[in-house]
Amino acid sequence: MRSFGIPLFPEQASTFAADVDALYLFIIAVSAFFALLVVVAVIVFGVKYRRRHDGEIGERIEGNLPLELLWSIIPAAITMVMFGWGASVYYHLRRPPDEALRVYAVGKQWMWKFQHTEGQREINELHVPVGRPVRVTVTSEDVIHSLYFPSFRTKIDAIPGRYTELWFEATKPGTYHIFCTEYCGTKHSGMIGSVYVLEPAEYQSWLAGGAGGGSLAERGSRLFSELACNTCHLDTGQGRGPSLNNIIGQPVALQDDSVVIVDEAYLRESILNSQAKIVKGYQPLMPTFQGLISEEGLAALIEHLKSLSPQSTLVPSAAPPGDAPPTPPQQER
Amino acid sequence: MDATHAIPAVHYLNATHGLKSWLLTKDHKRIGILYLISISIAFFLGGLFAVGVRLELLTPAGDLLQADTYNKFFTMHGVMMVFFFLIPSVPAVLGNFLLPQMLGAKDVAFPKINLLSWYIFVIGMSFTLFAMVAGGVDTGWTFYTPYSAAASNTNVVPTALGIFIAGFSSILTGLNFLVTIHRMRAPGLTWFRLPLFVWAHYATSLIQVLGTPVVAITILMVFVERAFGFGIFDPTRGGDPVLFQHLFWFYSHPAVYIMILPAMGVISEIISTFSRKTVFGYSFVAFSSLAIAVFGFIVWAHHMFVSGISIYAAMVFSFLSFSVAIPSAVKTFNWTATLYKGAISFETPMLYVYGFMGLFLIGGLTGLFLATLGTDIHLHDTYFVVAHFHYIMVGGAIMGYLGGLHFWWPKMVGRMYNEFLSRLSALLVFVGFNLTFFPQFVLGYLGMPRRYHMYVDEFQVLNVMSSAGASVLGIGYLLPAVYFLWSLKKGAPAGNNPWGASGLEWTNSSPPPTENFHVTPVVTHEPYEYTPHVAREKHVV
Repeated sequence: MRSFGIPLFPEQASTFAADVDALYLFIIAVSAFFALLVVVAVIVFGVKYRRRHDGEIGERIEGNLPLELLWSIIPAAITMVMFGWGASVYYHLRRPPDEALRVYAVGKQWMWKFQHTEGQREINELHVPVGRPVRVTVTSEDVIHSLYFPSFRTKIDAIPGRYTELWFEATKPGTYHIFCTEYCGTKHSGMIGSVYVLEPAEYQSWLAGGAGGGSLAERGSRLFSELACNTCHLDTGQGRGPSLNNIIGQPVALQDDSVVIVDEAYLRESILNSQAKIVKGYQPLMPTFQGLISEEGLAALIEHLKSLSPQSTLVPSAAPPGDAPPTPPQQER
Repeated sequence: MDATHAIPAVHYLNATHGLKSWLLTKDHKRIGILYLISISIAFFLGGLFAVGVRLELLTPAGDLLQADTYNKFFTMHGVMMVFFFLIPSVPAVLGNFLLPQMLGAKDVAFPKINLLSWYIFVIGMSFTLFAMVAGGVDTGWTFYTPYSAAASNTNVVPTALGIFIAGFSSILTGLNFLVTIHRMRAPGLTWFRLPLFVWAHYATSLIQVLGTPVVAITILMVFVERAFGFGIFDPTRGGDPVLFQHLFWFYSHPAVYIMILPAMGVISEIISTFSRKTVFGYSFVAFSSLAIAVFGFIVWAHHMFVSGISIYAAMVFSFLSFSVAIPSAVKTFNWTATLYKGAISFETPMLYVYGFMGLFLIGGLTGLFLATLGTDIHLHDTYFVVAHFHYIMVGGAIMGYLGGLHFWWPKMVGRMYNEFLSRLSALLVFVGFNLTFFPQFVLGYLGMPRRYHMYVDEFQVLNVMSSAGASVLGIGYLLPAVYFLWSLKKGAPAGNNPWGASGLEWTNSSPPPTENFHVTPVVTHEPYEYTPHVAREKHVV
């Protein structure tokens, strides 16, 4: 939408965009109503009750309780509509569907690095297919950044030391902005890029364009050997570390008898800060890998570990990428 | 000329002479003037940095300032304006000058601590100014970790130390006001006879006393992290960078109410005086100030909806954030109703009130977009947020401050300023402000992130509009400096009560004597009572 040649809305290019814009227009309508109400009243009173001679004083009116209740309760009720509507849009924004494609994003001063599970790596560019949900797992190598897709109406902070995520389903092929929205130093405003939304066939040929070094999980598998993880974490469960097969999404008992569900955050913590949570029955022998492994390496390693749990719903669909519509995950939850 | 219209022979400004008599004064009115001078310097410096920012943003390329310089400019604009101008503005200048007079007291409860608070403020400001001269700071006024603690190689420590120190002046002022309001009210001046300006300052003082220590601790944590490598916020040492945001906003969200509540108090006084009518729903306006002060403490995480907090935490904070909207709406409706059947005149202070109503309305309503989760995710950290908080903090707080300054200036110096120029300046500020900041709402929805040195070409038209508006706004802000200074010598004597107002402070001479009241007044009537007799007095000249 444009007005006098100035655009008023960014492109609507995701399934959320229309929802967010509708909510935005609703709040504008409510705001405009109350703003006009007050502005008109203030101007009308200002003219009608203007002082006509020096000695004039206003009528003493102390207040009016029903009026006070009215103008407290009506706005309160309307804001609750905003709250509920906003919360439902937000809930949708924050809950990626299981079958979503997986992308890892790492922010660093001052670039965005993306890794696809198929192995493609990109800097400040992201290629995604139209009509398929894409789930982006985000972290940072240094300070806090924020990954923002205005045309998709979503963003999430990239926080060092933890994973956050967002998802979107692009609805329109094209090229859209990627901005960093959390101030991160000198070239904050240069930390921008483009997301290319491709037709499924184009996306297939882009994928076929090659990813040197195989898929992300394959890279992770090589790292698993290079870092000598495989010397302790034996498949048999007889090693000095627990077996890592079929653990994703499963509960695991810890030394202090608490139980955690194995997910990306747990795996991440166990690699970087290995003493934080020790699996029951094992010794705290594992060294910390903080500083020894890059964020990209960590993502690869986690993808490898997920490939060892083919039954888990946390693992993206095994269907070949680009197959639209994707086969729904067939596993039990 | 009537006796009440002559400048009294002896008043607080000329009772004693010399620099020493000012630097060692315990007179709350003189301390108010000292603050006025200090924060005007901060406002001027902060304004200069804003000029740099707006000039750079005329073009999409980063062609005027280097990226690092630009980042320092917006940081120092924010630091100067927030910590050294807006937070002290109404309370430390107008509050100090007026509170004891409105209460029928000779001074605040602790006059020496009041002077101490000014010295602490000046020392704090000196540290921050030193940091600027020594090369500046580039973290943004929000000092987010780990950038501020580990990555930035600018003068974070002296800047933060300056803010830390200045915080104590804010705490002392708040404490002083609380005790003064409790203990120093004149006989007959019950709580519900207090001017709403006093209620607003009571609520503000609560926030200052309860909130400021939290930001002091937070700044101290950044300091030890940076200086000694503590690892409180550093994830590689087990710290949590997001913890800083919780602590920072726990103070800095209520800090917005430190800025706006006293301005709201000013609005209540002016709107009543210029419509010659008591404020509609007095107790609702009074208690809404307290409600805002209390609710303000439980909404901080609405600054963090995209910081990885859980879905349910976000929903709780979204819900709570709407609770602040209601008392603000209640105030606005009551002010509007105050005009009904009034006897309204439009001298400069009232023009500022009308300006405030327009700008605060937009500022408050646009807050709804940011409290609503579905829209905030898109709008967070874009120019929409920049526009929103400028509408509140500049449109609301500074319009209130300037309105108050124009309202009580005759009381402060005993003379009137030029009415034409002052009306012109009110108009320029209103028009310039809207031209500067309204386009930024659109920019924000389009997706332009804040704190951008360069931007993509399609944002240029709106940025040029904004910069053009800023130049009008700048003239609007400079004009008062001219006619206020002019009025010191040349202005017509104001008389005790040039506006026909009802407060106790208007029963004094202008300027008031050092001890405010020769005889402690006894209050026998309700607040905001207007009689035709008092109303006519101003035109005796």
